[in-house]
Amino acid sequence: MATLDIPDAVQVARTKSQTRSNWMRIFYSRTALVGLFLVTFWVAAALLAPILPLPSPTDSDVMAMANPYPSAAHWLGTDILGRDILARLIFGARTVLSVAPLSVAVAMIVGITMGMLAGYYGGWIDTVISRFSDIILAFPVLVIYVILIANIGPSVMNIVIATTIASAPGIGRITRGLVLGLKEQEYIAAARLRAENTLYIMLVELLPNCRSMLIVDACLRIGYTIITIGILGFLGLGLPPPNPDWGGMVKESVTVLNVWPLMSLIPSAALVSLVLGFNLLADGMREAWKP
Amino acid sequence: MVKFLLNRLAMMLLTMLCASFLVFAVCEYTPGSVARKSLGPFATQQQVDLLTAKLKANDPLVVRYGRWLGVLVGAIPDPLQDPSTGLNFKDPRGAQYFGNFGYSTLNKLPVNDVIWNRLGNTAILAGLAFLLIVPLSIIFGILSGLKEGGALDRTLSVICITFTSIPEFASGVFLVTLFVILWPILPGTSPLTSDGGWAIPYQFVLPVAVLVIYDFGYVARMIRVSMIAVMERPYIRTAVLKGMSTRRVILGHALRNAMIAPFTVLLLQINFLISGVVVTELVFAYPGFGRLILEASLFGDISTLEAATLITVAIAVVTQLLGDLGYMLLDPRIRVR
Repeated sequence: MATLDIPDAVQVARTKSQTRSNWMRIFYSRTALVGLFLVTFWVAAALLAPILPLPSPTDSDVMAMANPYPSAAHWLGTDILGRDILARLIFGARTVLSVAPLSVAVAMIVGITMGMLAGYYGGWIDTVISRFSDIILAFPVLVIYVILIANIGPSVMNIVIATTIASAPGIGRITRGLVLGLKEQEYIAAARLRAENTLYIMLVELLPNCRSMLIVDACLRIGYTIITIGILGFLGLGLPPPNPDWGGMVKESVTVLNVWPLMSLIPSAALVSLVLGFNLLADGMREAWKP
Repeated sequence: MVKFLLNRLAMMLLTMLCASFLVFAVCEYTPGSVARKSLGPFATQQQVDLLTAKLKANDPLVVRYGRWLGVLVGAIPDPLQDPSTGLNFKDPRGAQYFGNFGYSTLNKLPVNDVIWNRLGNTAILAGLAFLLIVPLSIIFGILSGLKEGGALDRTLSVICITFTSIPEFASGVFLVTLFVILWPILPGTSPLTSDGGWAIPYQFVLPVAVLVIYDFGYVARMIRVSMIAVMERPYIRTAVLKGMSTRRVILGHALRNAMIAPFTVLLLQINFLISGVVVTELVFAYPGFGRLILEASLFGDISTLEAATLITVAIAVVTQLLGDLGYMLLDPRIRVR
């Protein structure tokens, strides 16, 4: 089936109520709903962590160390140091759900700026930005993280920096592609004719039209970043100890996997469920917003 | 065509130069000097200072980068192998030759003695994974792309999304629990020696499975998108309307066209697999390249890290070039003049 050619004017004339129904369309997709449920579950758990009746995530229960299986006192059991796994999971969700979206937000700002500049101006600006992106994109992603974090040390700030360096070029490339397609449209020419300044054209005319693609991309990237933060924790490059961190929880207990597999299985499953949530949500949005 | 290739070759070299400089600059943040790492923790500060002076390790960054480059292309001998340093570092290939990656402070061996072996091991692991990823993702991608939004598409899509959400360490934990602990039919480590009582082929099963699980879903999704686009083309409609059987429409018309775009994606997975092996090799104690990168970064072994970076970036740019060339070969519409 050939795609229908919708006149540009019709697309431009989308009213506010249509924008709202765009968001509502997500709720018709079953995959998106499952994704939304998983994400909401962890966000709620993270937000409610301080008021939930949980044991401390850092205190050791010496009595539980001999028998770390799930019990009435520790619903999901304890780890090798006798710390409550459920509490560590939920407090770990706070870390991962603040660091990952923050890193992706910074990376999106940098990447979108790069892509806008490259796509809108073209010429040597495009060449410089694209070549630089090519160099970064030639590195395997995890190698960038490992080299950076091993050298500048693990901290929230440094994870944000590493994510930005690793993801901004990719985001830039997507944005550049979108802008190249959009900048020949009549409404951009109209805005130029009105002598709008470039910043206005970029933020008010171009950016909203890239919106749906970029939101889907951001959602996927949050998922990948959660995986990366988990991997860094697993490699021993995660956030420093008192912060419970899912990847770190697996690393600490993987040596006793053959005795107490639950200690590693539970945080692994938690991480998979959260990443799956973001991936399903992204997929649902992409299906719902397909042009 | 020759001009295009030369142009690309120059770009590849430039990319590798920039990448190696970036790594060099980042490694400068490491506390601790080359001299300290070569001498070990028990050397006195005086010895360290002496060696630092001999190696001229206090020169500006760019000068040292230039010197490293000089050693690499064989223009100057490796300063660490100078007998006057008293380190007794000896490379059987000599101190000055093309492709001299220097001396690994972590392994106390020439980088060239360590890295190629490890790279070979990883090539086997990644190659086996690749051999499974290609057919699996093509089958999944084509089947779900046949009818967009159909029951088969939805089921396969959810399966693929689920698999791409399982990072290597998590699937490692799941698989080891299942097949090593609960139902012990496979070894949990893969040191590539049969001392542990497991034949070497068995040792590959879990690491390869872990790599395939994380990667094939992503590639299948890419192939699906491409297949959907092809199935909407007029020539497919014509073929169907002519009364051609579904089988012939798919195998004769759709498949080849649907494989053009994913061909590049598949090649790029070689690069992705290098990321994947870092974690996989750690989980299964596999003596490979990924673990070497991890160990070298943690130790601050700049020589090994630089060599590893150059190799990975070289693999990336070469696969990119192959991807573009293959793209032209497959699709006559985009041939460069």
